[in-house]
Amino acid sequence: MYKELTCIVCPMGCTLSIELDGKDIVSVTGNTCPRGKVYAENECTNPKRTVTSTMRCTDGTLVSVKTDDVIPKDKIFDCMKIINSSVAQIPVSIGDVLIENVFGANVVATQNKGV
Amino acid sequence: MKDLVIIGGGPAGMSAAVAAYKSGVKNILIIERDEHLGGILMQCIHNGFGLHKFGEELTGPEYAWKYEKQVKELGISVKLNTMVLDITEDKIITATNSVDGVFQIKAKAIILAMGCRERSKGALNIAGSRPAGIFSAGTAQKFVNMKGYMPGKNVVILGSGDIGLIMARRMTQEGAKVHAVCELMPYSGGLARNIQQCLKDFDIPLKLSHTVVEIHGRERLSGVTIAKVDENRKPIEETKEYIECDTLLLSVGLIPENELSKSANIELSPVTGGAVVDQDRQTSVNGIFACGNVLHVHDLVDFVSEEAETAGVASAEYINGNLEQNACIDIKTDGKIRYTVPQKITAKKDVTVYFRVSDVYKNTTINVLADGGKIISKKKIKLAPGEMESISIKKELLENVKALELGLEV
Repeated sequence: MYKELTCIVCPMGCTLSIELDGKDIVSVTGNTCPRGKVYAENECTNPKRTVTSTMRCTDGTLVSVKTDDVIPKDKIFDCMKIINSSVAQIPVSIGDVLIENVFGANVVATQNKGV
Repeated sequence: MKDLVIIGGGPAGMSAAVAAYKSGVKNILIIERDEHLGGILMQCIHNGFGLHKFGEELTGPEYAWKYEKQVKELGISVKLNTMVLDITEDKIITATNSVDGVFQIKAKAIILAMGCRERSKGALNIAGSRPAGIFSAGTAQKFVNMKGYMPGKNVVILGSGDIGLIMARRMTQEGAKVHAVCELMPYSGGLARNIQQCLKDFDIPLKLSHTVVEIHGRERLSGVTIAKVDENRKPIEETKEYIECDTLLLSVGLIPENELSKSANIELSPVTGGAVVDQDRQTSVNGIFACGNVLHVHDLVDFVSEEAETAGVASAEYINGNLEQNACIDIKTDGKIRYTVPQKITAKKDVTVYFRVSDVYKNTTINVLADGGKIISKKKIKLAPGEMESISIKKELLENVKALELGLEV
């Protein structure tokens, strides 16, 4: 069986062609770099994504945040719920961990607030 | 009197300022109309920025901070909340803010970095009433990401530019239902990766060759009628379909914001909507440079920063009297290639020419002709209007050349 995917690792967006034998990957073609092959393998077994969003701050404003690693794709909405029910204590600096261990990643600030 | 005034404190303005400073120009002023530096990057909280420039995947605010930090560390002066009203060919800038009132500054050189503006509904001529609930995708992005307001719950998006795709995902993540993304053209104007991670990941249908033909609702939008279009982009009556929604987002293109360039009598390109420039990003007025989305709309901010560096370095050469006015080779295009930037170049520098194609082409060869003779051929598997391409030309190839043409062999 063959499966086609668009690689999302970088803006090139290579079209990947994956040959599958049941659940096992036989070959990956169409990738320009090795990261494409890794992406294809993960995508077929356990697809993961970085989540970016905003979090409410103690002063009522918003700070932009992201997960510092990819999390399972089917946990995106659970991750959003956790972020939306949390409040960030200002001041906040870029890189500050705001919530620890959300599905294997930390939620960190991507913006300075009140510094 | 300032050596260099930069209009706009987004990625282009900041990158140009840092590059000019490092090239020896210290007396710089950045004028920014918003209350912070960073421009539109500050509302682009998604990641994917900086892979070319920094080798890592950054969010918009993180990318902006890389430059804002340098602007602060170098002590480059910035006027925030300040609107430039007019610039002249003699490089006199008229601006206003609530502290200084209306004031004028004379500059030795100016860099235009005002960015671009979204095409609005008015430019689209959709029939129907004028209810609330219709936003440009970027306005919705600002509401959601910077103010924390959701524009609506049931959304249709017209146009598949990157901002529209990104907002489809963002609205979905925040609990809205995005019913469809309609694209007039038979292909998307956005990056392939965004189709995957913003639409396919969330099962949002992308309806190619579709448009919104009617808007319904009195006070608030109640729905839109969409229809498939034929090869002449005319809606097909039998394919009309009603979608109930309270929000319509428009992601239908960006237009370089060049009112100020016009007031300085700078020659503009009817194709890009930005200034006609040479390899140094110098406009038709000596000492006025342009870079970033005010010059032509870019897909990636990394290329905006790069272009702004070119303009920043060249402005320093101009201020120090070292910039040769020698761009004498015009670059023509064959129609399949829609435009190039720069539009004219010199034989004295190696040049990278950026361009966009006018349609989707597969298995093509890009040819560069010098006075009719082929000097470069580059094979490309796929070219699309949504993705900017580039080709580098060594100065040795340009000796005694009078005219260049960029063409596609399909």
